[in-house]
Amino acid sequence: MSHESCYHCGLPVPASTHFTVEIKGESQPMCCPGCQAVATAICDGGLSRFYQYRAANATRPDLSKQSVLEAYDLPEVQADYVEQIPDVSGKPSHLRIQLLVGGITCAACAWLIEQHLEKLSGILSVRVNVTNHRAVVEWDAQQLKLSELLKAFLTIGYDARPSSDEAARSLREKENRRFIQRLGVAGLGMMQAGMIAVGLYAGAFQGMDPVWQNYLRWVSLIIALPVVLFSAYPFFQAAIRNLRIGHLTMDVPVSLAIGLAFTASCWATVSKTGEVYFDSVSMFTFFLLLGRYLEMRVRHRNDSYAEGLGQLLPPTTTKLSEQGEVSVPVKSLQADDLIRIAVGETIPCDGKIEEGVSSVVEAVLTGEQLPVFKQPGDLVSAGTVNSENPLIVRVSAVGKQTRLSAILSLVEQAKTEKPVQVALADRVAGYFVLAVLFIAAGVALWWWQHEPQQALWVVLSVLVVTCPCALSLATPAAMAVATGALRQKGFLVSRGHVLEVLSSADQMIFDKTGTLTLGNMTIAEVIPLSGLSKEVLSKEVLSEKTLVQIAAGLESGSRHPISKAFSEIAEKIAVNNIEQQVGAGISGMVDVDEIPGNIFSATGLNTASGQIKVAIGQPSYITSLFDIALPVLPTNDATKLPLLLATEQGPLGWVLLQDQLRPGAAEAIRKLKSAGLGVSLLSGDRENSVADMAQKLGIEHWFGEMSPEQKLIQAKQLQQSGHRLVMVGDGINDVPVLSGADVSVALGDATDFARIHADSIMLSGNLDTLPNAIALARATRSIIRQNLIWALLYNLVALPLAAAGMIPPWAAAIGMSTSSLLVVLNALRLNRL
Amino acid sequence: MASLYLLIPVSLIFCALAIAIFFWAVNSGQYDDLDGEGERLLFGDDDLEEKSDDSGSDDLKEKKETSDD
Repeated sequence: MSHESCYHCGLPVPASTHFTVEIKGESQPMCCPGCQAVATAICDGGLSRFYQYRAANATRPDLSKQSVLEAYDLPEVQADYVEQIPDVSGKPSHLRIQLLVGGITCAACAWLIEQHLEKLSGILSVRVNVTNHRAVVEWDAQQLKLSELLKAFLTIGYDARPSSDEAARSLREKENRRFIQRLGVAGLGMMQAGMIAVGLYAGAFQGMDPVWQNYLRWVSLIIALPVVLFSAYPFFQAAIRNLRIGHLTMDVPVSLAIGLAFTASCWATVSKTGEVYFDSVSMFTFFLLLGRYLEMRVRHRNDSYAEGLGQLLPPTTTKLSEQGEVSVPVKSLQADDLIRIAVGETIPCDGKIEEGVSSVVEAVLTGEQLPVFKQPGDLVSAGTVNSENPLIVRVSAVGKQTRLSAILSLVEQAKTEKPVQVALADRVAGYFVLAVLFIAAGVALWWWQHEPQQALWVVLSVLVVTCPCALSLATPAAMAVATGALRQKGFLVSRGHVLEVLSSADQMIFDKTGTLTLGNMTIAEVIPLSGLSKEVLSKEVLSEKTLVQIAAGLESGSRHPISKAFSEIAEKIAVNNIEQQVGAGISGMVDVDEIPGNIFSATGLNTASGQIKVAIGQPSYITSLFDIALPVLPTNDATKLPLLLATEQGPLGWVLLQDQLRPGAAEAIRKLKSAGLGVSLLSGDRENSVADMAQKLGIEHWFGEMSPEQKLIQAKQLQQSGHRLVMVGDGINDVPVLSGADVSVALGDATDFARIHADSIMLSGNLDTLPNAIALARATRSIIRQNLIWALLYNLVALPLAAAGMIPPWAAAIGMSTSSLLVVLNALRLNRL
Repeated sequence: MASLYLLIPVSLIFCALAIAIFFWAVNSGQYDDLDGEGERLLFGDDDLEEKSDDSGSDDLKEKKETSDD
């Protein structure tokens, strides 16, 4: 493997390929035809500045998605997503749609999409939101079909789909806007109240006319009023809700401090006595809101990323009825309907094959990338993909009755049984709240007995000083910075507990298929054979290159995933009369002149055409086709798939295919082990191939031939013996165990379904991201601990002083804000790791 | 000093105005995308390469005209 990486997506370029695109006058390497096509489209559109602007690599495009887009042109399907926009006179003039766009990594993506789409005729406006990965497009349906619109996204490497979570999205939008408003009011209030407080403090030192003091207090009261009533409202609401269910959370002392300080300050203003804390109240509210806002943003970002991707099944299918073939929405299918499934389509329901022989990729159920042979009478499942020939299927179950649905409910069940992670700060908060309340009560009692007129003000300063500002900022600030840093590394955190559990995890479990490998077959080895039959004129063998060229010619017409291994071979040797036997092999006729070296016996040839019959496939297929002896299998390595290439005169050679290891797999596992994690491999694949894989990568614990249920049981056993698990997987078959693990990581190219249900998503294809993420999570944990220790220390020092009545309001304000700032600055250090 | 009786209330009115404008800006969606907008102005669309000026400018012009209508 070369060390060159793809200019578009950043993945390593396989040594055997030569894809390049000229960008800005320089030839840049590409890893696959997909990246090449996308980069070419970007440059042809004059948008190559994208590469200059971007802050992160693009994701590797998947060109196979194009075929299903036409379904979105059906009016029944569109009705769910598209909105009619009337013109001035009220007649419908154009359409608007909300799209969820996959593959947006930075602001330059938004630029690229908007520039590219605005050039299409028929597009009226495009607006891309980088935060929630949505695009709002208005277009003229007369000039442009919806499928063409979606195709335009694919051309530049983004996967856009109508977003179906409108309600959730607009709810998030509302929450976000309201939050920003609260933050704005608190921020402005903090500055204004602070400014006036400086006047008041200066007056307290230098002496000030009580009339002015009173005036300034009234002004601060007016400023603080909207801050407390509007900005701090969520804290009061949450505190009351938590008290009702008997929880002591951070909201309780926060509300107590804000509420009491504000009321007492109002009382001081009206009665012209005591101290006012309007500036501290506003500052609290602002800092605390900031912490909550950071938390909310992380949550929203992940929600909006995960939602709407849940479309496992196509929106429409082709139904065979008396009127012929009609396109109907999948929703309308019933048992016993006949449907036709074209090559490359996802099967929308469970059913029995009536007509057609094909192979079906059942990766969605089993994780196995190689297709399964299917003939009339065989059962097919919803979510699997037809890969070779059209099939006619009689529907047996739709919707909830399908096997797919059964797996989904297993997932839901596993999720509810998942161990609950209580965040460290919340655990601290409970004790902290109790301690503060007890101390405040004690202080109140003591002062009440000794100096009753001072009691209220001293208790107040205790509450203000101990207000857990720094404490409640400690975690969200560090989390927000760490989440951002991880996102830049290509690791998306979707659930709140991920960082905390990643830092303490001690077991990492991989699923072999697609997790440690790329899931596409490549040629591992070519072994020429010289065993041509007795009448052979020459004992020469064909060169490896020639063998591969013949194989590529044979495979050129096939859509079987195996044929992809040959798709990148240049100068294929032409084969005609190709006959394919599904799931077994391919045969065809080749001109003898095309094959270098004169090695064939003249007697066996079809002299009229000068052609010879060649075939490639499983050894059993070859022996059934030709009357030749089977050569010895060249390898026992179960991770390799042997294909035999032969003519009717004898075998020509072996072509061994192998699933490629993911870049950085061995390295990542070594690093994980040195970080103290146990690494294990639970796979649904054959025992010996799992063993080979485990040995190659240095994994000691492995299990093969495991069903999703067994994996889940295995994971649970590990959890019960006290381990904390990180599960890395990609197929639907992994989803139950993904959901059951303490933290789950889905790969970026995993099925949408696995991505939605995983706690985190690894966007970069490089497994090295995993040890990096663990390291960052551990750093985050130590930063959070430092922050919490600092916040508690500050409180320990300030509390006795406040209890002794020695902290004036200005000192409380300074102490509180510096401790909060320190916590935030400390968290920012995570960015530099 | 007496001017403070006038100046501070005036500043409060300005504050209220600023808040009102801020609320309007938030509600009109200007704060919906905090990640993209900040960088958007860095990617000027006036400096596309010549290639796009040949093919794209006519379309862009047409679009301007239709949107003016």
